[in-house]
Amino acid sequence: MSQFLAMGGYGSYVWTAFATFLIVLLIDTLAPLARRRRNLRELRARLARQENRRRPGTPPSNESNA
Amino acid sequence: MANWVPLWLHRLGSPPVFYRFAGTVRPWAFGLALLLGAVALYGGLVVAPADYQQGDAYRIIFIHVPSAWMSLFIYGAMAVAAFIGLVWRIKIAEVVAMESAPIGAAFTLITLVTGSLWGKPMWGTWWTWDARLTSELVLLFIYLGIIGLYHSFEDRRQGARAAAFLVLVGAVNVPIVHFSVNWWNTLHQGSTIRLLGPSHIEASMLWPLLTMMAATKCYYVASLFARVRADLIASEGGKAWVRDIALGQPGNDAA
Repeated sequence: MSQFLAMGGYGSYVWTAFATFLIVLLIDTLAPLARRRRNLRELRARLARQENRRRPGTPPSNESNA
Repeated sequence: MANWVPLWLHRLGSPPVFYRFAGTVRPWAFGLALLLGAVALYGGLVVAPADYQQGDAYRIIFIHVPSAWMSLFIYGAMAVAAFIGLVWRIKIAEVVAMESAPIGAAFTLITLVTGSLWGKPMWGTWWTWDARLTSELVLLFIYLGIIGLYHSFEDRRQGARAAAFLVLVGAVNVPIVHFSVNWWNTLHQGSTIRLLGPSHIEASMLWPLLTMMAATKCYYVASLFARVRADLIASEGGKAWVRDIALGQPGNDAA
């Protein structure tokens, strides 16, 4: 196992390269999923504000349930 | 061509149809990318033998080369989408072009970093200003320029149109990156995998490389579709179909 991790003495280069590959793609995977959820939350908040303007007095309860 | 093909493509140009289509395809593409990627990593790190000259350091090829291919492939896909968006003003094409740029930039960054990590033990230097490396760095700057230009406009579609022109102008760099190893004397080696004629690589090293290439292609589809969906929620926010998704049951918007 330690022989496998050593990669014939090039372990630090090989594993840093593979870690870079996985970390960059992990960030690239998660970022759009979070962005879509944030966009939906902001849209819900905007719709709730519009609703509140149309019918004043209604508490803006929809704002916080995102 | 059967006439349902252009009909289907035409329907796919509609944002709600594309949103649903992307939502269906994304998990499958992502799952396939994970599966193929895992198989390719196992093949590249465990099954394939060490190189007779470079030892185990050569294993960086299994991520470096597929990432480099993707950095050019995504540019090509982005340029086609940008052209369609500019000529026919199809909104989905503009969104696809603009959302491709960050993925292309990610693969270009991976290519540069892994290449640097491979260059240090093999060439004795992290970086050298030769044709292949410099043109790939220029590719990264072009990607970043496209992303920056797109976001510098208040109006998204205006930004997409301006950036689409930059995409088409920047396309001249793609053949320069590809042929740089033939046109100039460079430290970087020439192509190992060739479409025409035999490749200069052993079969046990070739299959993990091609499997990783398939994995990164699937990954691009998955990431692109996730990005297009996020983009459409914001840019189509005033439309009824997005309002329905936003106000629907929490379980519904995951579909």
